[in-house]
Amino acid sequence: MAGREHTSKHYEHQLRLLKDKLLLMSHQAEQMISDAMRALTERRPSLADEVISRDDTLDHLEVEIDTLCYEILALEQPVASDLRFIATALKIVRDIERIGDTAVNIAERARELIQEPELKKLISLPVMGQSAERILKNSLDAFVNSDADLAEKVIQEDDDIDAMYEQIFRELLTYMIEDTRNISRALKLIFIAKHLERVGDHSANIAEMVVFMVKGQDIRHGTRSDRG
Amino acid sequence: MEQQIKITVRGTNFFYGANQALHDVNVGIRQCFVTALIGPSGCGKSTFLRALNRMNDLIPGARLEGRVELDGQDIYSNSMDVIQLRRRVGMIFQKSNPFPMSIYENVAYGPRVNGLIKRRADLDVIVEKTLRSAALWDEVKDRLSKSAMSLSGGQQQRLCIARALAVEPEVLLMDEPASALDPISTAKIEELIYQLKRTYTIVIVTHNMQQAARVSDETGFFLNGRLVEFAETKKIFTAPVKHETEDYITGRFG
Repeated sequence: MAGREHTSKHYEHQLRLLKDKLLLMSHQAEQMISDAMRALTERRPSLADEVISRDDTLDHLEVEIDTLCYEILALEQPVASDLRFIATALKIVRDIERIGDTAVNIAERARELIQEPELKKLISLPVMGQSAERILKNSLDAFVNSDADLAEKVIQEDDDIDAMYEQIFRELLTYMIEDTRNISRALKLIFIAKHLERVGDHSANIAEMVVFMVKGQDIRHGTRSDRG
Repeated sequence: MEQQIKITVRGTNFFYGANQALHDVNVGIRQCFVTALIGPSGCGKSTFLRALNRMNDLIPGARLEGRVELDGQDIYSNSMDVIQLRRRVGMIFQKSNPFPMSIYENVAYGPRVNGLIKRRADLDVIVEKTLRSAALWDEVKDRLSKSAMSLSGGQQQRLCIARALAVEPEVLLMDEPASALDPISTAKIEELIYQLKRTYTIVIVTHNMQQAARVSDETGFFLNGRLVEFAETKKIFTAPVKHETEDYITGRFG
C-alpha cells in the first residue's frame, strides 16, 4: 500500500483490515516461538501446552486473511502496489501459519524433554532460538513498515541460522556417539534446532516477498528480474 | 519486443487557442500492438489520439507543434493528403454512429467513395470479409439489407469497426469504444480488438482501467497534458515507476 489514501474509503478500510489481521497473526506467531523456547529452557510444561493450544487461533486467522484477500481481489481488482500487497499477504500468511505449526512442534518436543533429566546445559540452542526470533521479528517489521533494506538483511541473516544448525547438529551427534542412551534426547534437541532453522527459512520467504511488495522485483531463487 | 514503431510522436505540443493541451509528448506506437491511453478527464489523451489522424484540424484555433510520423512520414507536412491519411488511420468513436442506411451499404460506403471497388461482386466479397473480421457476419448475414439502426448498440459498434476496416486501414484509433455497451457487448469488442491486432495497429483511449489492462500490450498514462509514463501494460499494472501513475491506477485521486 502506498502512502496516500484511496479515494474509496471502503477499499482503504478493507486494505487496513487485512493489514491489521496480518499484524495480529504475525505477533501471535512470534509469541508462540518465543514461548515454546521458554517452555524448553525454563522447563515449564504448562507453557508448552499453552503454545500448543494457541495454534487454533492462528489457523482461524489464516482462513480469515485468505477470505479477505479473495474478496478484495474479486471486488476491488487491485493493481500495482495494492496488488503486490495482496499477493504478498496471500503468500506470507502461509509462512506465518507454518511458523505457528513449528512452534507447536517445538513445544511438543519440549514437553517430552522436560519429563527426562537434562542431557546437557543448553547453550547454543537458546542462542539459535534468539536468532530465529530476531529474524522472524525483523521480517515482520520489514513487512509492516514496507522496509526493503531490512528485508534484504533478513535474507542474509538466514545463512547464519543455517550455520548454527550445522554446528548444533554436529555437537549433538557426538553425544549420541558417546552414549546410546543419549540418542532419544539428543534427537529431540536436533529436531528443535531443525524447527528453528525452518523459522529462519520462513522469515527469509517473508522477506523476499517484502522486497517484491516494495520494489516490484522478484528476488527469489537468485533471480533479480523485474516483475513486468 | 521486436514490434517495430508504426507511429512516432516527437516533441509534440498541442494548443486549443491559448490553452496548451499537450506538453512535449514523445512516444513510439508499435505496429500490431494495442496501445492504451489512460488518464483522468481533460488529461489530453483524446487530444493525443485525435492528433494521430489530424482530427483536430477541424477545430478552430487548434495548433500542433512537433512531429507525428506514420511509417517515418510527417503527417502534418503540406504534402500529406489528409483524406488518404484518414483512410490509413481509421477511427472508432464512443457512440456508435452508423449511417442511416442498410448494414450492407454502411460497409460498402468507404470502398465505394474511395474508388477501391468497381464491380458489385467484388463489393460483396469485401462486405462479407469485413463483417467477418468485425465478428458480425454470423449475426447479420441474413439481413444485410436491413437498416443499420435496427442493430443493437454492441452490433452497431462492431458495424462501425467493420466500416472502418472496409477501407483497409493500417491503424485504428478507438475513443472509448465500449463505454456505452453492456458487459457482453464489451467482451465481444475486447475479443475483437485482440483478433484485430494481428493485422492492425490499435490505439485505444479508455476510462476503464481494467479494460486497458485486459486488451493492451502497452499503456500510456497522461496527466495534465503530459505523458507521465509509457510502458508495457503488465509493468504499468503491477509495478509502475511513477508515483502519479501508481496513485491514479490504484484509485488515489485528488
